[in-house]
Amino acid sequence: MPEVGLFIPCYVDQSYPQVGLAAVRLLQRHGVKLHYPRDQTCCGQPMANSGCDEETRPLAERFLRIFGRYEHVVAPSGSCVSMVRNHYARFLEGKPGFDHLRRNTFELCEYLVDVLGVERAGGRFPHRVGLHQSCHGLRELRLAQGSERVVAPFDKVRQLLASLDGITLVDLTRQDECCGFGGTFAVNEEAVSCMMGRDRIADHERAGAEVITGTDASCLMHLEGLIRRDRRPVKVMHVAELLAGAEG
Amino acid sequence: MAQAGHPEAAARFAADDARAHWHDQALWFVRLKRDRQARALPEWEALRACAEKIKAHTASRLADYLEEFERNATAAGAVVHWARDAEEHNRIVHGILAARGVTRLVKSKSMLTEECELNPYLEARGIEVVDTDLGERIVQLAHERPSHIVLPAIHKKKEEIGVLFHEQLGTAAGASDPAYLTEAARGHLREKFLAAQAGLTGVNFAVAETGGVVVCTNEGNADMGTSLPPIHIACMGVEKLVPRLADLGVFTRLLARSATGQPVTTYTSHFHGPMAGGELHVVVVDNGRSALLAAPPHRRALSCIRCGACMNTCPVFRRSGGYSYGAVIPGPIGSILSPARDPARHATLPFASSLCGSCSDVCPVRIDLHHQLLAWRGELVAQGRLPAGKRLAMKLASFVFRHPALYRLGGRVGRFLLRHLPRALLYGRWNAWGRQRELPPAPKKSFRELYGRDDG
Repeated sequence: MPEVGLFIPCYVDQSYPQVGLAAVRLLQRHGVKLHYPRDQTCCGQPMANSGCDEETRPLAERFLRIFGRYEHVVAPSGSCVSMVRNHYARFLEGKPGFDHLRRNTFELCEYLVDVLGVERAGGRFPHRVGLHQSCHGLRELRLAQGSERVVAPFDKVRQLLASLDGITLVDLTRQDECCGFGGTFAVNEEAVSCMMGRDRIADHERAGAEVITGTDASCLMHLEGLIRRDRRPVKVMHVAELLAGAEG
Repeated sequence: MAQAGHPEAAARFAADDARAHWHDQALWFVRLKRDRQARALPEWEALRACAEKIKAHTASRLADYLEEFERNATAAGAVVHWARDAEEHNRIVHGILAARGVTRLVKSKSMLTEECELNPYLEARGIEVVDTDLGERIVQLAHERPSHIVLPAIHKKKEEIGVLFHEQLGTAAGASDPAYLTEAARGHLREKFLAAQAGLTGVNFAVAETGGVVVCTNEGNADMGTSLPPIHIACMGVEKLVPRLADLGVFTRLLARSATGQPVTTYTSHFHGPMAGGELHVVVVDNGRSALLAAPPHRRALSCIRCGACMNTCPVFRRSGGYSYGAVIPGPIGSILSPARDPARHATLPFASSLCGSCSDVCPVRIDLHHQLLAWRGELVAQGRLPAGKRLAMKLASFVFRHPALYRLGGRVGRFLLRHLPRALLYGRWNAWGRQRELPPAPKKSFRELYGRDDG
């Protein structure tokens, strides 16, 4: 079994520790030997997405120092993984170990499906579930085919969820529209961001979802913030929590 | 910072919730039509890749192809004019019209002439300019500018157009039936076509090999405007060129499907030289395009074929309206092109995106739009155009993230305050997150505190 460096993004560490713990349970159940390097903090995505390259560079270099030694790096977040895989090159191109890091950093579900070859997640979740496709997982990591592209359909996250006993995955009107989080966009463009989030929630509710799940706690944080403010009945769960919980 | 900020303009548009949702639905409907047409072609992705390559190739030797185009167009009897910028473009067009005593001009839709502000230039010199594309005519009568490059009046409801036509064209008060209003516009435009002394069109594609220009419309208005009056002026940006006639099919297949979800535009008209006894002038405009070509990060933006698909798919555009971008070309592609022209004025546009990437995947010529928006953010920050407060926050966060002990302490203090501070303090004016949303939970222990082992 490969030695895996566990990357728990900063906001998951601070606000959603149960998501990190669920990811640990899930990976360990599939026989993965985990290491959690305690000096890790943040991949630098908030700075990079704000255009603050100077402030991002030292964090990218730090990330390579901390995680470069592992065979694989796994994180329960599509957007942070995309940061490493698709956006670190600007800062780290040519640095020893960077190619290895870039090729071997995976989003959790992607790791289960593509690397461990998990076909059935195992467990029971007798609820109506809406899958929110987080944009970076979808369009930068290609966890699913995306509604814009004309390619054979596939969906790694949905495949894992669909294999649970008793689950009903609901069909959305707009299968992969952005929830409006977008990092600092959520604050810079508060009006549009919140309208996007409410529309996303309404789509799930119309489809009869009891639970909205997804691969990024950041998108879910935005949706949950609106759900709690508006007192909507729908629940939010990270896909790691859902899968780990379903296993018993 | 920018004079015209997208967030404020977007918030004003979004404040009318029903209208913003109506706008969102109208554009989403076009996106769905596009999806159906794209999926009808198994070779869609191959077509996109092919279009991307043709555009990249053309850009790599643009000067050669422009010269080839000029030679062939001239041989066919057209007169080719070269304009460095908008002012020169307007001067050339006015010169042609003035020398022939033209005072009545009909135009078919052209975003280039919008960019050059041709209409006010000609009107100030005593020339009546009538836009003949229905949507364009609507915004012209309303003294507005297009809010979308393919659907210029998409922000207007049919009832509002009924009021406008009642005032301007004398249609029945209270009438809003699209067929009735369209018929009225058709009669009104017919008179303008018959009275026109010259017709001006944009150019969707120009073919170097043949020296021909190609104009795509759904209403046939470009054909009316170029076949009734004897003078045809076609205005094009340098980037409209494709090398061979054989390349054209790749783009016409992609354009109509991406723009409106039609398999092909109703009229795709080719112009090779003037009609018998008439004149054809082609005005080729740079206006900043060669500078874009010389700037590698944004070169690919020049491949844009102006289909508007990035606007229809963009969840921000749909909910903030075209005017919120304060630019001739709005939406994702406009947010790349506009800062190249005037970074101070358009500094908020690259931030008016959640970087969801839908624009990049919908783009028929595969422009990496959301990555270009991100690249722009970096350039604007380097130019010192990020507000000082935001820059300071990022500097501070970066410092904390470089010092794990400080990060752990900050996390503990932050979570403690979130749990214990009174709501009124937490949700004060400073907290843009908390105006419409609850803050994330503040657990007693972080992951690293709960995951006790000191591994790694």
